[in-house]
Amino acid sequence: MNNVQNKKRANKSLPFFFKDSFIVSFIIIFISSILLFITFTFDIVPPILNRGIQPATFPKALLVLIILLTFFIYYLSINNPWKKEKKLPNSFYITLFSFILFIFISKFLDFFLGISVLSILVSYFWGEKRLIYLIIVGMIFPIIVFIFFETILGLRFPPGIITNLYYG
Amino acid sequence: MENLSLIMAPLFSSKLLMVLFLGTLFGLILGVLPGLGPTTGGALILPFTMTLDPLSAIVLLTAIYCAGTYGGAITAVLINTPGTPAAAATCLDGYPLAQKGEAGRALGMATVSSVIGGIFSVIVLIFFAPLLAQLAYEFGQPEYFALAIFGLTMLASIGEGSPIKNLIAGAFGILISTVGKDFMTSIDRFTFGVNELTVGIGFIPVVVGLFAISEMLTQSTLLNQVFKRVALKAVKLPSLEDYKKTWKTILRSTGIGSFIGVLPAEGGTVASLIGYAEAKRWSKKPQEFGKGSIEGIAGAEAANNAATGGAMVPTLALGIPGSATTAVILTGLIIHGVRPGPDLFREQPEFLYGIFGSMLIANVMFFILGFFGAKIFARITLVPNKLLWPMIFAVSVCGTYSLSQSILDVWIMLLFGVIGFFMRRYGFSVVPVIIGLILGELVEGTLRQSLVIFDGNWLMFFTRPIALTFFVLSFIALIFPLIKKKKK
Repeated sequence: MNNVQNKKRANKSLPFFFKDSFIVSFIIIFISSILLFITFTFDIVPPILNRGIQPATFPKALLVLIILLTFFIYYLSINNPWKKEKKLPNSFYITLFSFILFIFISKFLDFFLGISVLSILVSYFWGEKRLIYLIIVGMIFPIIVFIFFETILGLRFPPGIITNLYYG
Repeated sequence: MENLSLIMAPLFSSKLLMVLFLGTLFGLILGVLPGLGPTTGGALILPFTMTLDPLSAIVLLTAIYCAGTYGGAITAVLINTPGTPAAAATCLDGYPLAQKGEAGRALGMATVSSVIGGIFSVIVLIFFAPLLAQLAYEFGQPEYFALAIFGLTMLASIGEGSPIKNLIAGAFGILISTVGKDFMTSIDRFTFGVNELTVGIGFIPVVVGLFAISEMLTQSTLLNQVFKRVALKAVKLPSLEDYKKTWKTILRSTGIGSFIGVLPAEGGTVASLIGYAEAKRWSKKPQEFGKGSIEGIAGAEAANNAATGGAMVPTLALGIPGSATTAVILTGLIIHGVRPGPDLFREQPEFLYGIFGSMLIANVMFFILGFFGAKIFARITLVPNKLLWPMIFAVSVCGTYSLSQSILDVWIMLLFGVIGFFMRRYGFSVVPVIIGLILGELVEGTLRQSLVIFDGNWLMFFTRPIALTFFVLSFIALIFPLIKKKKK
């Protein structure tokens, strides 16, 4: 009983715009509204080519449905608050940052260099400090994967400083 | 008799047997590793299936499905962490029994009940899939539209978590399917001027992102988690007394699992929870549940494996997946040029019977491998996450890139990884997104074609008896959670 009261008190103490339910609902509605706006820019086909409905009608209906349902879950959350999620640890942000780094490296330098850097970063910041394991994860394993995909599937990976060396 | 020989055909093909063995082995490894599972594994293995003929490819995927579903029980019993979501209910009694020094008995019961559930569900598949396919000949565009809507509402209704959140996730999945050139009028939708998006967003980048990459992000938040492992000497076959205690539970859960599997929902996960709850309800000793009840293990495991065959019924007969993993199998079928549906049953029966036979053999194989190799498979969980997940990332990236050789697919995979992480964090299941994405084209296509047939009159949907039945069932599926909540 006390726990329930504490939980309610904890939720009441927060202004509504700090609550997870509001933030999540706001983001969904905001993005859906932008997408809904975009659907109005879709080309309109003449009635003779129109198969049942206009190409924009179906996505419009889906977005309106998503917005309405999101309003509904927010309304329900007023009486039945969502459980408060724990703060995300630094390791999460480091992993997320390594994804962004991977995108940049693989776009501007090399696809496999991107995989290697991400693997070493993630492995290191998740707690692996032994050099030999970092080399296995960051270099040997990506090379095995590269050769495997290249030879078995006959795949050609995007050009880059290391990949170009391999392809000559 | 002829059908039986077709079912048994994989037994006489060394290539198929090898594929089955590898699929079962790979499925067990995936099932054992928490966070991975047959859905992610199937998606990652899809590019490799391109080197195989269609039957071998689907046999590989179905073997992964069957063995992966069982594999989750090994981790559930030994480290109290379900290897797959479908094994969550197995933890409740499997781990307490293992803590009492009876890990071998717990795993023995999990293995036997899984095999019984799995084999029975394949028999259900063999009998019901052709019947459903026959019925599908009566289906026109409006019926398929109503059926797809029914599938999505069922998913929202009996899937895990909040039904409204599931509906939002399902609608989001359908919305993703609208990206690209409209298949009827060739008008660009949500392409943002990116040429590669005109062909739409691929299924594999979304699945790998939502399952593998989002799980990697989840694991990054759980670095301090410590698993307490229970020692396993050997897996023991259940005693006669255990069989006497559990045979009714196994049969009941097998029936429940097969039925739940046929419905387009979350397959094994929901089936195991219901199987477990029913085992407790019917048990003479319900007070033992949660403290190491052998009936609890049997109830959960028979149900989740029984859902595998059940989920294949709508997948093969109608092209509507019964679970997230069967959505991957369905993609595999389409990639290999096999269109599921009634025509498949008429034109390529040997292909289907090959799948049926392979699923039966996969169940026997995972029984043998699980029984003799559980101790070895359990050691796989010793691979630390700090090494495992970077490796999975490398395979995910290359696997996603390989299907269309498009770097954009890799970005999409990462984006959906982040979306999937936040969806799961705030209680949105990712499974409806997958099902929505795969059903999206069917929903929109059949709706528009129906409207052409009906000359734009929406009310005509309700003049078709089969379509009307599905709409009524959809309505019931939507109000069912409300009634359940009110009763509580």
